[in-house]
Amino acid sequence: MKKFLKLFFYILFSFSLLPQVFAAEKVEYLTTDWSFKGLFGKFDRAALQRGYHVYTEVCSSCHSMKYLSYRNLAQEGGPEFTEAEAKAIAASFEVTDGPNSDGEMFMRPGKLSDKFVMPYENVKAAQAANGGAYPPDMSVLVKARGGGVDYIYSLLQGYEDPPAGVTLDDGVYYNKYMYGNKIKMSNQLSDGLIEYSDGTTATVEQMSKDVTTFLMWAAEPHLESRHQMGFKAIIYLIILTILVYFSMKRIWSRIETKV
Amino acid sequence: MSDHEYTPKSNFGKWFNDRLPLLTLANHLTDYPTPKNLNYWWTFGGILTFCLVTQIVTGLVLAMHYIAHADMAFDSVEHIMRDVNYGWLIRYIHANGASMFFLAVYIHIFRSLFYGSYKAPREIIWIIGIIIYLLMMAAAFMGYVLPWGQMSFWGATVITNLFSAIPLVGEGIVTWLWGGYSVDNPTLTRFFTLHYLIPFLILGLVVLHIWALHVPGNNNPVGIDVKKPSKDTVPFHPYIVIKDAFALLMFMIVFAFFVFYTPNILGHADNYIEANPLVTPAHIVPEWYLLPFYAILRSVPDKLMGVIAMLSAIFILAALPWLDTSKIRSAVFRPLYRQFYWILVADVLILGYVGAMPAEGLYLLIARVATAYYFLHFLVILPILGFKERTLPVPLSITEPVLGGSSNLAAARNDSRLEKLK
Repeated sequence: MKKFLKLFFYILFSFSLLPQVFAAEKVEYLTTDWSFKGLFGKFDRAALQRGYHVYTEVCSSCHSMKYLSYRNLAQEGGPEFTEAEAKAIAASFEVTDGPNSDGEMFMRPGKLSDKFVMPYENVKAAQAANGGAYPPDMSVLVKARGGGVDYIYSLLQGYEDPPAGVTLDDGVYYNKYMYGNKIKMSNQLSDGLIEYSDGTTATVEQMSKDVTTFLMWAAEPHLESRHQMGFKAIIYLIILTILVYFSMKRIWSRIETKV
Repeated sequence: MSDHEYTPKSNFGKWFNDRLPLLTLANHLTDYPTPKNLNYWWTFGGILTFCLVTQIVTGLVLAMHYIAHADMAFDSVEHIMRDVNYGWLIRYIHANGASMFFLAVYIHIFRSLFYGSYKAPREIIWIIGIIIYLLMMAAAFMGYVLPWGQMSFWGATVITNLFSAIPLVGEGIVTWLWGGYSVDNPTLTRFFTLHYLIPFLILGLVVLHIWALHVPGNNNPVGIDVKKPSKDTVPFHPYIVIKDAFALLMFMIVFAFFVFYTPNILGHADNYIEANPLVTPAHIVPEWYLLPFYAILRSVPDKLMGVIAMLSAIFILAALPWLDTSKIRSAVFRPLYRQFYWILVADVLILGYVGAMPAEGLYLLIARVATAYYFLHFLVILPILGFKERTLPVPLSITEPVLGGSSNLAAARNDSRLEKLK
């Protein structure tokens, strides 16, 4: 029994080392105190709202978020804008609808049930407008990159002048965290670029953190309920395991053999 | 099945049981005499049954919401993750469940290897087990294709292309498998169909696996034949049921940890990028549980020989009962085999590691050495070991020798490894 427990912990321990082993081979990413990590990790509401602000003001001119709807902005566990606020946000976008009874497509203000309006009609249009590079959809971007949030957070702050000997084509920029160091997105963030409504100073670091938090929520909208349920589930399992352990001891005590 | 008589108490029970002896079966299952010295490595059979049922139940729910179409599969998975009630939970259980299933099956297989559970009279159980394992790999591979992410698409392309190595008809077979000239919608729909079918084939084989087990009964850590029922056995219920339940709960804690706290760590980030036939990922890697075989495949320079090596690595296991010539089952009494056993474990882990790395330079060299050793173990070491090894004396029974003062038991007791079996 003791050996079994020991082994059990060895396995747990080696699994907990896995990410470090894989990470060791990559560039050291910048990181920050993400509020959503850990057993009780939750999103910082204010950061999510600010992050949405950065997304609409900066990212959304090129990057779509096709799996998100405006109603998500008012959803529990998300930025939790009030329903009125979310409605106002939705209404500030023009959405193509139709065909109407005349067979025509028409424009109308957005509703909560609408998906986020896309900056381009399709991938080809996006590529044409961006020198051949397609600005990836950001709905699950955080999960689609090996380094996750730290990678996105670093990339946004990773622009620098290319080292001697590296020549860059037109429309290509140097970023020390990008795979291959060459990126077709220019540096988008600069201090004071936007004005946060809650008075937070919009430094590059702050904006990177906020928008990355927002992207994490976009990719994992149920993260908070996952963490809450997970904690309850594991506590429940542990208690049940202990009870079953003692029943087992009791049952096996009828015969001499140890378990 | 043991042919003990069983008469239900109630009249209805008798009437029913005469027509369909389900109650006799239930009675057989509860009374089934099990060696009382089974250790926790023996609990993985129950754990695997749990894994299979979990996969089938979560899979059924996912199939209600998933759309098997190249243009909609990725979207429908995101729909499950966002808008289906607890869809995220069901999908994460299913995705991590596959990994947990393989974790458990590897422990189950290596337990067999250590205690010689594949030896006579349990060869059929073992071979059915290998077929189940093969089907599991097929199901897991096809399941990984369904979300239609980049790794799905390119993994499917790489694996189906292996068939093109077959001389003359290879190209034709690949086209036939794809249902076209590249991995596309017809490939996805057939993979979905097969992914739905295979678990039920596995379920049927599991029934045969258990049936075949119940004929000779369980092997045990000492590896000797046990008289059943006797002082050496306990009825399956409640003794083994409660112990399996305890081990299963421990397993579920690990499982829950993955599902709730690191649900994506065992998957590849690229699979959250929608499949794009025009962009090849930098490294195409299969899921972790297929990596050792992937390493064997890549370690052979010739494509056809690589495929043959990879398949042989699995099929060689089916021949194991005849390759292992030792009369002694348990490695506890085989001091040399025990060491080779652990070398094999390390070898497979090394293969898994290099399988995840690019096939070049030192990694390729290590993969080749490890592949060669893998075959050496089964084809050379095991057959010779059976004749050359000086095994330790085996005790007469699990509890006490029937005749007191057996020197066998004293020798066995001196072996520290026996301690953990108690």
